[in-house]
Amino acid sequence: MSDLSDLYQEVILDHNKRPRNFRSIESPTHRAEGYNPLCGDRLNLYVQIDGDVITDVAFQGSGCAISKASASLMTDAVKGHTVGEARELFERFHHVVTTPPDQPVEDLGKLSVLAGVREFPVRVKCASLAWHTLKAALEREQRASTE
Amino acid sequence: MTSSAATAATARTSFDVQRVRRDFPILAERIHGKPLVYLDSANTSQKPQAVLDAMDDYYRHANANIHRATHLLSERATALYEGARGKAAAFINAPDPHTIVLTKGTTDGINLVAQSYGRSVLREGDEVLISWLEHHSNIVPWQLVCEQTGARLRVAPINDAGEVDLDAFDSLLSPRTRIVAVGHVSNALGTVNPIARIIEHAHAAGAVVLVDGAQAVPHFAIDVQSLGCDFYVFSSHKMFGPTGVGVLYGRASLLEAMPPYQGGGDMIASVTFEKTSYNVVPYKFEAGTPNIGGVVGFGAAIDYLAGIDRAAALEHEDDVLAYATARVSEIPVVRIIGTARQKTGVLSFLLEGVHPHDAGTILDREGVAVRTGQHCAQPIMDRFGITATIRASLAIYNTREEIDLLVRALERVRGVFA
Repeated sequence: MSDLSDLYQEVILDHNKRPRNFRSIESPTHRAEGYNPLCGDRLNLYVQIDGDVITDVAFQGSGCAISKASASLMTDAVKGHTVGEARELFERFHHVVTTPPDQPVEDLGKLSVLAGVREFPVRVKCASLAWHTLKAALEREQRASTE
Repeated sequence: MTSSAATAATARTSFDVQRVRRDFPILAERIHGKPLVYLDSANTSQKPQAVLDAMDDYYRHANANIHRATHLLSERATALYEGARGKAAAFINAPDPHTIVLTKGTTDGINLVAQSYGRSVLREGDEVLISWLEHHSNIVPWQLVCEQTGARLRVAPINDAGEVDLDAFDSLLSPRTRIVAVGHVSNALGTVNPIARIIEHAHAAGAVVLVDGAQAVPHFAIDVQSLGCDFYVFSSHKMFGPTGVGVLYGRASLLEAMPPYQGGGDMIASVTFEKTSYNVVPYKFEAGTPNIGGVVGFGAAIDYLAGIDRAAALEHEDDVLAYATARVSEIPVVRIIGTARQKTGVLSFLLEGVHPHDAGTILDREGVAVRTGQHCAQPIMDRFGITATIRASLAIYNTREEIDLLVRALERVRGVFA
């Protein structure tokens, strides 16, 4: 049986308590709002893209520890990377959190702390919300939803 | 009780929660290796053995379609189905079984009234009045019919305790108010509305009143004639019956005048391509083969409740709710949402610094089932400036000991987020 400590690892609790890049960006080049109607989580994501590079990314909103930590970790992970690299990371992250828990997954560094959600199927959407919102922002959609 | 004879003799006039618990097989389940503490009955209740048996018996010995065959099985099925309608009428003291429309559930009943009654009477400029406490199912059907007819949806506000502001409610009543639709008990906060007073004032203004009783029927006896409401809707699955079945009680004169909601088999008297005439009430509103097995289970759930001293059961539930409120309030970081003077069955709260969704996951690992989220009542969450609550909801089978386990599990939640 999976343990709660697989889900609520120190890194997640830390990012929940002190989320990184938890602010707004004035007139960002890209932005999107994410919403999870299941739990009412809302996320505003701001992305500054110069040329092809994500030079700044920040978020605001309310959500559970998993969704907040995932957003925080994501902003750290994609800042300084190209849009193409961010999209690729979305795919890899999505694959990791949706792979059944008994199968091996690649190591995504810090982001791998969220692989624990695989043991808690109803929480996968919490971990994915920020990433879906990022994808929507990059595609210039106004809203992302995990539904 | 000193002997089994004494137990049998007094069982109908007292309330023995351990005995009730034994009637519900699922309560013996273990969840993640721990005993189940089921505190999510406002979401859906558990089912007693008698309901499971009735449905099993039906499928083994009586399964056939109703109202349309000459064979014995169809006779049995029809008798069971119509028998349940009669039980439902007696359950809420409706004057006649023909005032009972069997539906898919509360949501279906409200949509039926909105689309059949509402759509035929509402005109541009008319108003439908609801309260801020409503479940989405008593908001959205009215928004839809208002869009279709040009009528306007008005909302009576609530105070900080989660009670309908009755003065504001009265001031929103006017000759333009055609329909008032309010919940008897709030699913999100547990507030019991002064429904008789609301009905009386709405009637004085000339409005027709629908009461959403989904969260009331599991807790106390309902008498639609003494309430005087025009429509009363509720679901089987919240009162220990199966899902997919519900009741719409309607005043006979209103049901008679209402157009059909859906067309199909069983709701017609005769069909030609030129003209179709409809069956009588309530069959006019029951198109298609219904959930017969579910209705049979629903009938058994009514019988089950009839065998319980409801006043004593409510006293027990109120005791557990008061105990839960006191125990949970002792946790220093708790904020209780919904502190109405009249409450039943629901304790909604927040743990400061912990999102309800995280709490829900950790509680589940401790065997404690609660609901976390907005409870299909987003306007209430907005009213209190929150996005979600932890909701522990009670039924006749819950105990003080289970509340102790909830509190212990909440301490575990605090431990993780300390």
